[in-house]
Amino acid sequence: MTPQVPGGPVVRATGLAAGYGNRVVWEGASFEIDRGEFVAVLGPNGAGKSTLLRMLLGLNRPVAGSLEVLGATPRRGNPAIGYVPQARPFESETAFRGVDLVRLGLDGHRFGFRPPWEWGSSSGLSKRALSQAQIAEAVAAVGATAYATRRIGQMSGGERQRLWLAQALVGNPSLLLLDEPLANLDLRNQAIMAELIGELAHSRNLAAVIVAHDLNPLRQVVDRVCYIAGNGVAIGTPDEVITTEVLSRLYGAPVEVLIDSRGRRFVVGIDEEIAHPHANHELLGR
Amino acid sequence: MTIAAIDSLSWNLVSDFNQMWAYAFMRNAFEAGTVVSIVGGVVGYFVVLRRTAFAAHALSHVGFAGGAGAALLVVDPLWGLLAFCVGAAAVMGAIGQRLRERDVVIGIVLMFALGLGYLFINLYSGNSADVYSILFGQIFGIDTEDVVVTLVVGVIVVTLIGVIYRPLLFASVDPEVAEARRVPVRVLAIAFMTIVGLAVAVSVQVVGVLLIFALLIAPAAIAERLCSRPSSAMVVSVVTALACTWIGLLLGFYFSPPVSFFITSLATGGYVLARVVSYALGRARAVPAVAGDPGSRWPTRSLSPDPAGTIQL
Repeated sequence: MTPQVPGGPVVRATGLAAGYGNRVVWEGASFEIDRGEFVAVLGPNGAGKSTLLRMLLGLNRPVAGSLEVLGATPRRGNPAIGYVPQARPFESETAFRGVDLVRLGLDGHRFGFRPPWEWGSSSGLSKRALSQAQIAEAVAAVGATAYATRRIGQMSGGERQRLWLAQALVGNPSLLLLDEPLANLDLRNQAIMAELIGELAHSRNLAAVIVAHDLNPLRQVVDRVCYIAGNGVAIGTPDEVITTEVLSRLYGAPVEVLIDSRGRRFVVGIDEEIAHPHANHELLGR
Repeated sequence: MTIAAIDSLSWNLVSDFNQMWAYAFMRNAFEAGTVVSIVGGVVGYFVVLRRTAFAAHALSHVGFAGGAGAALLVVDPLWGLLAFCVGAAAVMGAIGQRLRERDVVIGIVLMFALGLGYLFINLYSGNSADVYSILFGQIFGIDTEDVVVTLVVGVIVVTLIGVIYRPLLFASVDPEVAEARRVPVRVLAIAFMTIVGLAVAVSVQVVGVLLIFALLIAPAAIAERLCSRPSSAMVVSVVTALACTWIGLLLGFYFSPPVSFFITSLATGGYVLARVVSYALGRARAVPAVAGDPGSRWPTRSLSPDPAGTIQL
């Protein structure tokens, strides 16, 4: 899909450290993420999960170490990256439809009028027809065709989340970054969304990195997790990382991972934040 | 200030129009009103989309200080309006970025401008009608020079909006992604505020400082109720603004109440009507949707991609 470094990993981090100014939030992360891989970034609030996404987007610089996206230093406006930020409320009467949002992913960054030769009708392969086909394809890929022409403000949280995902997909990215895509969804929609992202990563051969609070809706579909806590980062399969030993070492305090009969893993013995990870997100709206 | 019925309405619209058109002040009023309606309709869509009504309101009050200051210096009030509105807009856009902070900065600018405006009218020894015309509009007093300036400002505003249309839309509805996609969100905020400043300055001539929302908010709010597509909302917004202004001018010419009153009444009536229509349409649409998929807002087979990309764009 993208010509740059077809064989190399999508993300390569070596001795990476994150922080603001002189304050280091976490350090010593070395990992690679390949095409077709689905990675969840987990950890308590304020651990620096979103900072990792911001560094990949080129919005924050690493404090130390190196980070490469498709073999190059991350830069703002990289068309090979599709990004979905945390959901926020949308006024229900705003004159703005799902497909309008998806279209922004295609040409929203371009200044100037659309040249008249792009206005042409759908006869032949005019640029307009081409972009409409791309939009329709991205909308179909997330299963939103039925409601994509409705106003964004009148959609449910899950529907809206899918359109944001379609916007990120419309430019055929190699790397998909999603910040808390499961927040504010009920359990059933969390599972559906997690499965959809995993399926897209595999079928479109793109690397998907998502920030999440809770491993369990993702446990069956993610390839690896990246757990950030106590200034450190641990990466591996969920069964490797979400264990009493690894997390106790990361937190530098005794932490216990309980596994229930269905294989779900629960982290106990941390402070309030871990016990009630959603407490800070209730304000975000529906 | 009103031009009390010079001629009477014959209900033969062609002859009525010719009668009106014979007066230079009516031609100026129609020309300026048309430009201002187009500007207001286009800019209004983004004012409503970006929820910057308070900023537009404050800018019009800044315009009051500008207009009063110009009257004091015996300059055409339009120049005072333009200078003050654009200056204040740039300050508002540059300083306040977060919503809360922005509202505070706007409030401070608004307060200072009104204080300044009060000082100017205190110092001003001329006709108090001039102050009234800034507050409530004086479209029948527009001279040919004002029309030319309004037209130039209108062309600049519409061209600027056209050039920044897509990134501005992106930055307005989706600022985080826009920033990541290298859209200059901050610069666009300042540029848009400046555009609002220009739009406010020319609109004040028609409806005045206090009734600015009749052209800057109401048509866009009506369009938002009736259209869900940005481009059609903008077109409906312009058409609504034009209709309000033209009908307002016609009524203001033949009847004694002032034009601004007719324009604001038409805008208010249009908004109420639009709410009723959108409510009725919403109810009509809701029935089959509920019947098809009770209790669930998800498509039944939500995971599999849609078979054919048949979608109305």
